[in-house]
Amino acid sequence: MDALVATHDLTKQFRALTAVEGVNLAVQAGEVLALLGPNGAGKTTTIRMLSSILAPTRGSATVAGYDVVRHAEGVRARIGLLTEHHGLYTRMRAEDYLLFFGRIYNVSDAELRERIGTLLERYDLQDAAALRLGHYSKGMRQKLALVRALLHDPQVLLLDEPTSAMDPSSAHMVRESIAGLRRGNRAIIVCTHNLHEAELLADKIAIIRKGRIIARGSPQALKRRLLGDPIMEVHLAQQLNGLHENLPDDVVIMARGENWLRYQTADPDAVNPRIIRSLQDNGFDVITLAEVERSLEDVYLQVVAAESPLEGAS
Amino acid sequence: MIASWLEVSRGIRLVALREIRDQIRDWRILTPIIILTLFFPLLMNITAQQALDFVSRYGAPIIGDRLVPFLLMVVGFFPISISLVIALESFAGERERLSLEPLLATPLQDSQLYFGKMLASMAPPLSAAYLGILVYLTGLYLSIGWTAPPVLLIQVFTLTTVQALVMVSGAVVISSLTTSVRAANLLASFVVIPIAELIIIESMVMFWARYHVLWWIVVALMLIAVVLARMGLRLFNREELLSREIDVLNLRWAGRTFWQAFRGEAHGIVGWYRDVVRTTLASLRIPLAMLSAAILIGFFLGIDSANTFTLPANLFQWDGVGGEMAEYLDAFNLVGTAGWIRILYINVRAIGLATLLGAFTFGVLGIILLMVPFALIGYFAGNVALAGGSIVQFLMAFILPHGSLEIPAAIIAGAAILQLGSAALRIPAGKSLGEGWLHALAGWARIVLAFVVPLLIGAAALEVFLTPRVVMAYFGG
Repeated sequence: MDALVATHDLTKQFRALTAVEGVNLAVQAGEVLALLGPNGAGKTTTIRMLSSILAPTRGSATVAGYDVVRHAEGVRARIGLLTEHHGLYTRMRAEDYLLFFGRIYNVSDAELRERIGTLLERYDLQDAAALRLGHYSKGMRQKLALVRALLHDPQVLLLDEPTSAMDPSSAHMVRESIAGLRRGNRAIIVCTHNLHEAELLADKIAIIRKGRIIARGSPQALKRRLLGDPIMEVHLAQQLNGLHENLPDDVVIMARGENWLRYQTADPDAVNPRIIRSLQDNGFDVITLAEVERSLEDVYLQVVAAESPLEGAS
Repeated sequence: MIASWLEVSRGIRLVALREIRDQIRDWRILTPIIILTLFFPLLMNITAQQALDFVSRYGAPIIGDRLVPFLLMVVGFFPISISLVIALESFAGERERLSLEPLLATPLQDSQLYFGKMLASMAPPLSAAYLGILVYLTGLYLSIGWTAPPVLLIQVFTLTTVQALVMVSGAVVISSLTTSVRAANLLASFVVIPIAELIIIESMVMFWARYHVLWWIVVALMLIAVVLARMGLRLFNREELLSREIDVLNLRWAGRTFWQAFRGEAHGIVGWYRDVVRTTLASLRIPLAMLSAAILIGFFLGIDSANTFTLPANLFQWDGVGGEMAEYLDAFNLVGTAGWIRILYINVRAIGLATLLGAFTFGVLGIILLMVPFALIGYFAGNVALAGGSIVQFLMAFILPHGSLEIPAAIIAGAAILQLGSAALRIPAGKSLGEGWLHALAGWARIVLAFVVPLLIGAAALEVFLTPRVVMAYFGG
């Protein structure tokens, strides 16, 4: 299946500054790609190129099958863009504002009003629909900007920091909504600094630094590649008493306490049952056996701090 | 075709209506519009009545007769001055409020955004102007029974509309090229000063009751509006609007860009002449043809005006004029090497002035300035003919010896000025206005240095050392 968003060697230069260099991305329908990177890494520039607002200096990109340079209007008609700064017209009321944007996309008024009602309700803004946007809180403005991006039912969503100004419950609501949107066979690119959010939402992560993609993959694959094999922790009802010396040879013990131990394994599906059997054979009762949580933040910090692109990056 | 036009106009209407609604919610825009629509025309009514009473008491009713139509124009102009403020804010303001990016990411075409903003900037102030004129006319009819002649009324309405169009076209260009409202306001003098001068000219025209001239002003303003709108649309660039962060004068970049464009790919002076200059000259074919035509028009207008402003025939009895000419040349220090340098200086200064005027008027004023000497030559040639002399002899003796170099120099310089002045209308895709203009300036410099200056050096030498001898050979002395 062709990717809904595909870039090849995408590069953008502003005079002497190379903002984005040689970016290759592919996002299929139903996929969420999180674009992570420090400030000034080139995330927004990439999004603007994919929105046909900036023209690439080199390379190419297609969005929903349309070339971002040759068919800019086609691209813009098929994307929903949530900009970093929501930039609402503060003297307008929500409904008027959304009607204005919806009409640009040639959505009929009847359909538009129905969608506006549904979306305002979904994002808990229906009570504020009659308020002028200048009276909205930051979080409300961000939610309304998201509604604006969804209004014409776009195939591709480009979301720049979608929950940055929201309180935890609104952020949760928006994340749930993005997960729902993925099911609607859309391709979604999310730029975020919120690594927890990226981990929750993204099927794929691309870490960008100084305009180049320096690491990419699924959150699990990235963790495994950059932090090593999964680490398991087992808690027992009894003290260890030298038990670790009797475990299978291919299990590497990383740490241990009086009644717990941690080991690393490349193949938990095969190794964990063997460990449990071995412990039970030796008369130990297993209370818990679980994978140790390793955050995407560890991956991110390691990748961003690295001098050169890491393995698996392109 | 019609469907596409309807689609474009739909987008324009959408953008314009949103902006207009936004404006009428803003008391800072609404208050002056109301004042200028209702109170100002009434004030003008009172002024007109007082003035009419005053001047009729002193037996000068003609002043009152001229003042009433003039105030009609003023009543129309004041509200449209607000359109300048709105237009200056159109793109720069949205950019500052960070609401531009969502708009630029929509499928609206550049023309829809651009003309939508223009329409929104014009519509409310222009409606206020029309209403103000009607209030003024109603007041005058009720107070002194004055009704405007229909032609004057049409002229004032048309003039008010095209003035608004020109101001808005210019201001939207400025707004789309600046990063902030502050910067746009600072650059607004490029619109305000010419419009102020225009109003002075219109006032003079109206006080002299030369109302037909107003039609010419309307035509000229319409042309300017079209040129400005075309330029604005050409320069409209979503990328520049969003990615330009600060308006810093980067002299090093400007110098480097100019030098690279000036030098081209050439190595050495011969290569520069052969490749770069030849290419530039070839690109001037159309401007060269236009300049040649303009100069001929100037010459024939001069000949024609000799019929109206005929000089005494005895001025053109040239037997022995060669001797008098030597005295004149001596008196004006136009002999020998000093004279050569002086003439060269005068000619170079004229080209410089024409460049300066042409650079900011799409080349028009520069060309007009270069046409003036040819109109004068034509004028004198016409008078020579009316005095019974020979135009050919006059031209052969007085003009052609140095004109053989000076006329081509003027034509080539004029073409380069036209190219430079119209650079903003022809910015290549992917280049900013600054880059495009620096490239055009480099093209102008190449032509001036490679052709115009050498030709003027030669022409000045001929004018000092050869022309007087030819005159003496023809006419003695």
